[in-house]
Amino acid sequence: MEKLLALLEQNARLTNAQLAVMTGKTEEEVAAELAKLEADGIIHGYQALIDWEKAGRQLVEARIEIKVVPKRDMGFDEIAGIIAGFSEVSSVYLMSGGYDIGVTVIGKSFRDIAMFVAQRLAVLDSVQSTATHFVLNKYKEKGVLFMERQKDEREVGLL
Amino acid sequence: MIDYEKVLSKRAEELKPSGIRKFFDYASSLEDAISLGVGEPDFKTPWAIRKAGITSLERGKTFYSANSGLADLRREICRYLERRFSLVYDPKTEVIVTVGGSEAIDICIRALINEGDEVLLPEPCFVAYAPIASLTGAKVVPIETKREDGFRLTAEALRAAITPRTKLLIFPFPNNPTGAVMRREHLEEIAAVLRDTDVMVLSDEIYAELTYGSRRHVSIASIPGMRERTIVVNGFSKAYAMTGWRLGYAAGPEPVLRQMLKIHQFAIMCAPTMSQFAAIEALASCDEEIEKMRDEYDMRRRLMVQSLDEIGLSCFEPEGAFYVFPSIQVSGISSSDRFCEELLQQQRLAVVPGTAFGQSGEGHVRISYSYSIDHLLQALGRMRAFLAARREG
Repeated sequence: MEKLLALLEQNARLTNAQLAVMTGKTEEEVAAELAKLEADGIIHGYQALIDWEKAGRQLVEARIEIKVVPKRDMGFDEIAGIIAGFSEVSSVYLMSGGYDIGVTVIGKSFRDIAMFVAQRLAVLDSVQSTATHFVLNKYKEKGVLFMERQKDEREVGLL
Repeated sequence: MIDYEKVLSKRAEELKPSGIRKFFDYASSLEDAISLGVGEPDFKTPWAIRKAGITSLERGKTFYSANSGLADLRREICRYLERRFSLVYDPKTEVIVTVGGSEAIDICIRALINEGDEVLLPEPCFVAYAPIASLTGAKVVPIETKREDGFRLTAEALRAAITPRTKLLIFPFPNNPTGAVMRREHLEEIAAVLRDTDVMVLSDEIYAELTYGSRRHVSIASIPGMRERTIVVNGFSKAYAMTGWRLGYAAGPEPVLRQMLKIHQFAIMCAPTMSQFAAIEALASCDEEIEKMRDEYDMRRRLMVQSLDEIGLSCFEPEGAFYVFPSIQVSGISSSDRFCEELLQQQRLAVVPGTAFGQSGEGHVRISYSYSIDHLLQALGRMRAFLAARREG
């Protein structure tokens, strides 16, 4: 199982046939295992890592640090659940340290994001404060370099 | 003006330059070409090893080592050989640390060969043995290994090649380029032929750690009666992804090693000290890293064998090293040189013609899987397109 997950984490487009031969299983076994991993919520999905800027679409991404005052009827999980429900939000984490909840928001413009923070986040009851940091450049995501690909520097063709 | 024709060594001049060099220079000049040609790991040297090299520099350990290598390293090498392959050597007199496995091969051949001695060479094989042997005045006698025998050296072929002049058998398993390995039962048969002769064995085990399947590599030196006639060559390049560090070693009977040490000390002095410090760390703490890399190679190996088979390049299943050596028969091209040229021109994919490893490699190409899976899949796509175009044309 672990091998399968490690392979998919690197490249989710490998076919079941390829996964099968690499892990020494049959295609049917791989299909069954994947179905179970998906059903158990171990595999949450399969996505492409896209450099939208290169694709010509202008997007703005921001990291927002939120301080929260947990209330009797609203703990961290509840407020995180509400924030995660907004479609502009791409990730939500509970953090240790200087703030409580870390949120990544993607919008079309700086104004978009500013409005989202002011009108949707800051007004939430238990949100005490927000600090918004805009992403200037993306170098690496999910272990994949967004910069120029590393060149194969091996030079000797025959040894 | 000096007439260089007159001043150069005949033996040096007679060495054939590697024809492959030109091919790969051309390939690397093509912007969009990709390669399955390299013969070294795509992994970086594990960090603990790099750190040990850096630390030795920080501490100013930039002196020569003993000619035969740092005492600590020789001790670690002996521990390693015993732990992994049940080989027992005396670190004081039976091990020399060399500049890569290559130097170990060189000094071993030079220490054994007299003019006219015959050197048996199972082919296809690594490119360096024959030229080095020729420089010593040896007569190189190729023994063709065949696909139907799993590219193994058979006792029969060996027996037929031995003459009263035979001095040395080069024994390159796990094999580059075929990926063939010799299991214990095969080694027993070879040993039975050699035991009553004075033929020495140079066992190049540089790919020992890259042996796949449930059975581990067995050294021919561990077969009864073989230790006294075998020089084991190994190194750090392949197992620990340390090619650029240039570090290997030879282990064998003291009378041979004593001669090798003389040549080594006059020609080389000692292997790079920084690399030796790094290698101590490799042997002492990196068994786990070896396993991880082997697992990764094994997955790629399965993928390549299966995928090449699917597109018609029928593969002998390699059990060692990181190469597959498929037959190109399906392409309708009989010359492996031409196959490689056309593949490069039409699909911008570089692989190595089998003939680079001896005439018996004709009709095959060597494909390295020392690349990321994404790179391999891209290359397989090009190979598939090449063969499809030939079928249509």
